[in-house]
Amino acid sequence: MKKKGEIKKVKKVKDKVNDGQDDDPWWWLVQEGIRPSFLCISLFALLVRVAVGLHPYSGARTPPKFGDYEAQRHWMEITLNLPPKDWYRNSSVNDLSYWGLDYPPLTAYQSYVHGVFLKTFDPDSVALFTSRGYESYLGKLLMRWTVLSSDVLIFFPAVLYFVLVYRSMRFGMGQNSDVAWHIAMILLNPCLILIDHGHFQYNCISLGLTIAAIAAALSQKDLVASVLYCLALNHKQMSAYFAPAFFGYLLGKCLRKKNPLLEVTKLGLMVIGTFAVVWWPYLQSKDAALAVLSRLAPFERGIYEDYVANFWCTSSVLVKWKKLYSTQSLRIFSLAATLITCLPSMVQQILAPSSKGFLYALLNTSFSFYLFSFQVHEKSILLPLLPLTLLALEESRSILWLTHFAMFSMFPLLHRDKLVLAYMALYALFILVYFAPCGPSGRCHGTKTLDNTQKTKRSVDFITSITFHPLLMGFLGLCSLILHVIYLTMHPPNKYPFLFEAVIMLICFSQFVLFTFYFNSKQWMLSKHLTSKDKQKKLI
Amino acid sequence: MMEMQESPRTPVVMAQLSWFFGIATIVKLLLIPSYHSTDLEVHRHWLAITHSLPLSQWYTDETSEWTLDYPPFFAYLERFLSMFAHLIDPQIVHLHHGLNYKANSAIYFQRMSVIVSDLFLLYGVYRSTLALASLKRNLIWLLVIWSPGLLIVDHLHFQYNGFLFGWLLLSLSFLAQGRDVMGGFLFAVLLCFKHLFAVAAPVYFVYLLRHYCRGGLVRGFARLSVMGAIVVAVFVAAYGPFVYHGQIQEVIRRMFPFGRGLCHAYWAPNFWVFYIMLDKGIAFLLRKFGFNIPAPVASFTGGLVGDASPFAILPRVTPLTTFIMVLLALLPCLFRTWKDPRPRLIVRSVAYAYTCGFLFGWHVHEKASLHFSIPLAIVAVESLEDAKHYFLLSIGNASPLLSLC
Repeated sequence: MKKKGEIKKVKKVKDKVNDGQDDDPWWWLVQEGIRPSFLCISLFALLVRVAVGLHPYSGARTPPKFGDYEAQRHWMEITLNLPPKDWYRNSSVNDLSYWGLDYPPLTAYQSYVHGVFLKTFDPDSVALFTSRGYESYLGKLLMRWTVLSSDVLIFFPAVLYFVLVYRSMRFGMGQNSDVAWHIAMILLNPCLILIDHGHFQYNCISLGLTIAAIAAALSQKDLVASVLYCLALNHKQMSAYFAPAFFGYLLGKCLRKKNPLLEVTKLGLMVIGTFAVVWWPYLQSKDAALAVLSRLAPFERGIYEDYVANFWCTSSVLVKWKKLYSTQSLRIFSLAATLITCLPSMVQQILAPSSKGFLYALLNTSFSFYLFSFQVHEKSILLPLLPLTLLALEESRSILWLTHFAMFSMFPLLHRDKLVLAYMALYALFILVYFAPCGPSGRCHGTKTLDNTQKTKRSVDFITSITFHPLLMGFLGLCSLILHVIYLTMHPPNKYPFLFEAVIMLICFSQFVLFTFYFNSKQWMLSKHLTSKDKQKKLI
Repeated sequence: MMEMQESPRTPVVMAQLSWFFGIATIVKLLLIPSYHSTDLEVHRHWLAITHSLPLSQWYTDETSEWTLDYPPFFAYLERFLSMFAHLIDPQIVHLHHGLNYKANSAIYFQRMSVIVSDLFLLYGVYRSTLALASLKRNLIWLLVIWSPGLLIVDHLHFQYNGFLFGWLLLSLSFLAQGRDVMGGFLFAVLLCFKHLFAVAAPVYFVYLLRHYCRGGLVRGFARLSVMGAIVVAVFVAAYGPFVYHGQIQEVIRRMFPFGRGLCHAYWAPNFWVFYIMLDKGIAFLLRKFGFNIPAPVASFTGGLVGDASPFAILPRVTPLTTFIMVLLALLPCLFRTWKDPRPRLIVRSVAYAYTCGFLFGWHVHEKASLHFSIPLAIVAVESLEDAKHYFLLSIGNASPLLSLC
């Protein structure tokens, strides 16, 4: 537990002379550079994750279907006891209607590895058939450990890699304490912790791979980036939310090189190669591959489930999509809507690929997917949040506001999981870290903030002024606060049992749309900024 | 440290400290559903005793084996808390139906009461670091507010140490400022919350006698009477009602359970461990050489053993022996305090006193190691050597805490 205080104190008196740092409450954390402070923060982040793991998981003690915890456990059971070719196939030993595997092969392999781990310590928890609905203290502990270890082995190193790359990009802009703040904002993102370590999922793996891919792309290692991104895509198909941005940025960079065709071919080969390796067991026959593919795209489940704050679900209050159109046509609608809304940011990156623009493109395309694609879950808000946390130092106002609404949009889900205490604690933690003394938003130095919204042009100012209008923000903040209380204390009217969920959805949706506009315009302003700078250079 | 610098930056300092405290509070909140020891039930039962019974029966009740064995102020505190507990869920404070009551309401209420009572620690730390340079202040905050030991003992194991250390630090901060009367008063109050803190009483006594009661015979005597009157007043407030009800003997008997054995169920790493090992070793050797050594009747670690001697060869250790040992170990420190009663050194002396109590005391809990590691944290920032000592000690005392979890 919190040993960091103890570790630090030995060093403390070493150079007392350093009077300039006297007022910095983070001196002990950041004085040795980025890596030690990363270590300290990640130890704390680990403690928080362990503590959240003490709370219930989704579907605890709710037979017959249980929840995501049981799904993950069931996948371990299936992958451990059956040969790979049977994993995605309905058979007498693999009932796909009971939490059938519906993630790409990398998830299956990961389940297999974790299954082996569980089997060593608690064989009953992964026994074929008999382990359905298996719940025990040891089982929970082991399962929590698999998530913790995935987080530590994949997500944390990826974040360190990204922070180092990002830091070198910004040429000494910002002090060490800003970097520490940035690390904390990424590692202590409340939504990710709650879903992975509370609700129970392995988003840390696919998101970690995505961060590593982003970092590799930013440090000009495009081939590594494409491999890592393909791995992320093969762990969770939801990673496709980032695909247009990766595509645009990498293609845009290739086009600017000496031999574009060769570069594109190299990237393409890497992608195909990675896919071939991951899909190897299913490439023996066309049927096998198609069987897996059909599992990955559950179109029969309808365009939306529950109450998710995206376009289809929100507009269904007015237009009954599910009744008016067939699933087939809805698929085309959603595909078209997603692509059209992605297009601007993708095109911008092809025309003018830039590091910052790439991060904004990731944000914009993932928001488009969240808002318009088929079968979106509340949890998918994690994907747009990821690039936003990476941009925390640029978008310090947006991150506060959007994390608030992302949390809010998941509140009904987490309430079902009995994670309200963890929800409130992590929300408070986020607020505290955000307003850390002398952090970028703490303002104890009385200097400028890093939020450079002030610098941008007038046309953005219009959207900015709407997005960050104090009255609007105050009103919505108050609304969401009151709704939290109402949700916890009151029963909805019998006639509308999901009234509160619907209101929450409406509020969150309105904010997400507003921010999508805002971020898109910011991305385009970036390229204008750049081109005007280029022109100035040429003139000189 | 003599004069308090009430700078205009005080609110900023408080805000920063609250930030650190807030982070700690969040970890504590997240730990609410974690493991807890029987101490949770002990304190729940005390809530029930103080709520359902008249004051005259608090220290005689035997409904559960977890009888009230803290001094009266703590009982009053439990009485105060029980009023809120009753509002939240009457079963928590029900003497019979509440036994082993493990509902969420009980656990949440009790955990929250510890978390809220830690505000005293916040204030204690704030006051004792106010006059320091910002860097030192920060480090002390980290060491005390984020102390892993306190977190484990209070928020996993379940106790109210944060609250008690708040009083201790508050008292020490007044002494360090030279405000002896207030310091003495607060220490007397602390003793009436938990008598284990009395190990430092000799140091306090000598220090106050030499530092406060000086300035000639008449003035010194006048000051001694003032201090004495204050301490007596505090004790009367605590024990008076029980004297009135004729219960004082029961109170004393409950507070000093010498029947419990030299070592606690979990061993504290202190002197007596070596003594016991020596005894076992000699007995083992003598048996090898053909002597007929009967095995001892009682075991060392049984929580509630009788009067049988647990030693095979070595003389039996009585509470009086341990008391004398503690005093002997304290002597150098008392002597030094007598010669040179400086406010700067008082925190150090008190920490030393608690170390002695830990090493030689009767029935010492491993948790008692916090008694010296928390005050020592304040000393640790004074020099690199102090920091090294603190580091070794805190690593050393973190390991026995493992057995609590």
